[in-house]
Amino acid sequence: MSLLEIKNLRAEVNGNEILRGINLTVNLGEIHAIMGPNGSGKSTLAGVLAGRDAYTVTEGDVLYRGKDLFSLNPEERAREGLFLAFQYPVEIPGVNNSYFLKAALNAVRKYRGLEELDAMDFLKLIKSKLKLIEMDESFLNRPVNEGFSGGEKKRNEIFHMAVLDPVLSILDETDSGLDIDALRIVADGVNKLRSKENASIIVTHYQRLLNYIIPDVVHVLVDGRIVKSGTKDLAVELESRGYDWVKEETAQAV
Amino acid sequence: MQSTDQTVQLSYQSDFEKFEQGLNGEKSTPRHALRRRAFSKFMEMGFPTSRHEEWRFTNIQPVTKTHFQPVPANQAVSISLADLESVMLKDVIRVVIVDGYFSSALSDLKDLPAGVVGESLAAALKQNRPEALIHLGAYTDSSENGFTALHAAFSLDGVFLFVPGHTIVEKPIQVIYSATKRNDPFVAYPRSLFIAGDAAQVKIVETYFGPGGQAYLTNAVSEVVLGTHAVVEHDRIQLEGENAFHVNTSSVYQQAGSAYRSNCITLGGLLVRNTLAARLDAEGIECRLNGLSIAHGNQLIDNHTLLDHIKPNCSSHQVYKAILDGKARGVFNGKIMVHKDAQKTDAKQTNKTLLLSDDAVIDTKPQLEIFADDVKCTHGATVGQLDAEHIFYLRARGLDESEARDMLTYAFAGEVVGSIGIPELREQIDLQIHSRLDRGRKGAV
Ligand SMILES: Nc1ncnc2c1ncn2[C@@H]1O[C@H](COP(=O)(O)OP(=O)(O)O)[C@@H](O)[C@H]1O
Ligand SMILES: [Mg+2]
Repeated sequence: MSLLEIKNLRAEVNGNEILRGINLTVNLGEIHAIMGPNGSGKSTLAGVLAGRDAYTVTEGDVLYRGKDLFSLNPEERAREGLFLAFQYPVEIPGVNNSYFLKAALNAVRKYRGLEELDAMDFLKLIKSKLKLIEMDESFLNRPVNEGFSGGEKKRNEIFHMAVLDPVLSILDETDSGLDIDALRIVADGVNKLRSKENASIIVTHYQRLLNYIIPDVVHVLVDGRIVKSGTKDLAVELESRGYDWVKEETAQAV
Repeated sequence: MQSTDQTVQLSYQSDFEKFEQGLNGEKSTPRHALRRRAFSKFMEMGFPTSRHEEWRFTNIQPVTKTHFQPVPANQAVSISLADLESVMLKDVIRVVIVDGYFSSALSDLKDLPAGVVGESLAAALKQNRPEALIHLGAYTDSSENGFTALHAAFSLDGVFLFVPGHTIVEKPIQVIYSATKRNDPFVAYPRSLFIAGDAAQVKIVETYFGPGGQAYLTNAVSEVVLGTHAVVEHDRIQLEGENAFHVNTSSVYQQAGSAYRSNCITLGGLLVRNTLAARLDAEGIECRLNGLSIAHGNQLIDNHTLLDHIKPNCSSHQVYKAILDGKARGVFNGKIMVHKDAQKTDAKQTNKTLLLSDDAVIDTKPQLEIFADDVKCTHGATVGQLDAEHIFYLRARGLDESEARDMLTYAFAGEVVGSIGIPELREQIDLQIHSRLDRGRKGAV
């Protein structure tokens, strides 16, 4: 059984069809990259998977760990190990970062039948995860993302990911806004978390990140469809040639 | 035919006659002349109506159509400390006022530092304490409205606190105003006077508390006086019963270089009107007014504040927040008055309301009256709901929807709770807030 099976997924927002028949299968242990020009529907796909309610699914099925994904609400998906690193992480004034993360982790653990962590064990855990992505402890006691720089927000997303230990992570443009050092640290973190027990979908429109996180498959999303899939070399080719040639190829194919 | 209001007004008249008889020898004193004058003022004015600008959004008919009987002196129902368990702070100097009367039995003043006076206001007046005589009533206009007039006519007791100059009271002083259970609707008229001398420092907590089903009215007046360079934190947590009415008039008078911080937390009562006026009557004064109201069901919470900038070089900072659920109504009227003399005033006012239901309503009105030309005055008001993107973010990390909503709602309140300088009180308020958010969500009144 595959971890994630997306079959002919169509979704619209305010009556505009954005996803127009997506097919994608992800197995445990794999890293998939989804690339594509701005506006092609990458974040829409990520949002539909995480349960953002701005989108209406009009057709298709998604099986996640053998379950109908759409029968689960966002928190159930999270507890089932699905994690979305937001393209634009929101600032949440007044909600302390570590307080929130503790509530989230315990919600996930409870669902999985694990004991809730007490303050001491939690602190130990988050300190080790902070180290993994070289984040300063001061970020723990600040309100979630409030006043964080663009790069700090992205790093905080990966920090949350490291603590929650997801099965399927979807990283939506986590590389944008990161300078080269931060990019390497984040990529190192993701690589260290990589295992046979989990999988990732990495959404990006630069191949930069893929120099550090080597994907098993690269997909090109154009106008709401995956028009081409290949190896890491496809990403390199896209970087040098742009997206137009893929678009032309598919136009001819239709 | 007479309207109900007039009938009620006449019942107050017979109450006053009875009340006078109970005063015996005091009837011929100058103080009593003031009471009489206040009472005739009440008969003349009646209760405010929505035609009065200051009461435009607050329909007080539920209060004016009921005859609330005054509680005669020495007829306070006896209660025990166990009854106050849920609101008592542990590490404090405690004053308990029952139905408007100082209770020596329940108060615990032994930790007051030498020289500090904390006693029944009636006792302070009886002994002619000069500080009490000088300040009492000096900052509150009893002819302001029907409630203040009634208060001036009927009020007999409360607490008197005097912190002499250069004295620091380390332990907070908690004043618990407790209402009791009685057969008929009744009114308590507590009056308190808090004086911090020059460079004195003190933290005062006023807790209002009463039984659930009982219909009663708390008509309270508190005055706070700050000498030069005095530092006062004044926290108010109002936990009246759900059928209670609460009308509070607080007046603050500040002298040069003093710093006053008020945290006014309103959670209880069916109909609540808080009037808070701070007079910044010298230079270099700092005044912070924080407010938090949480209401659900049919509660109405009205906050009227006045920041009166009389002299130059003072700053005031005001943050008032409301969280309204069910059919609750909120009113915020924040007046900032900058007199001609008050150059270099720095005044900042923020009013934020979180509406948790479609039926909740807020009326908010900033009122800036500026007569000086070199000042910095800003105000802003926002009204909104919980942000859907915030809710989604928390849910996408595993919190269920109600948990996410609570966390965000609590975060909204946190700014005000966080400015309370007494950890034990913050914890108590946190608990109260969480249980009220719970009740609000379950649709209880
Ligand atoms: N909430 C929304 N409301 C209206 N249009 C949207 C919304 N979200 C996405 N879109 C539109 O859907 C298309 C795909 O957007 P998106 O998925 O964000 O693209 P990408 O992440 O690939 O840049 C764009 O044309 C965008 O304008
Ligand atoms: Mg995007």
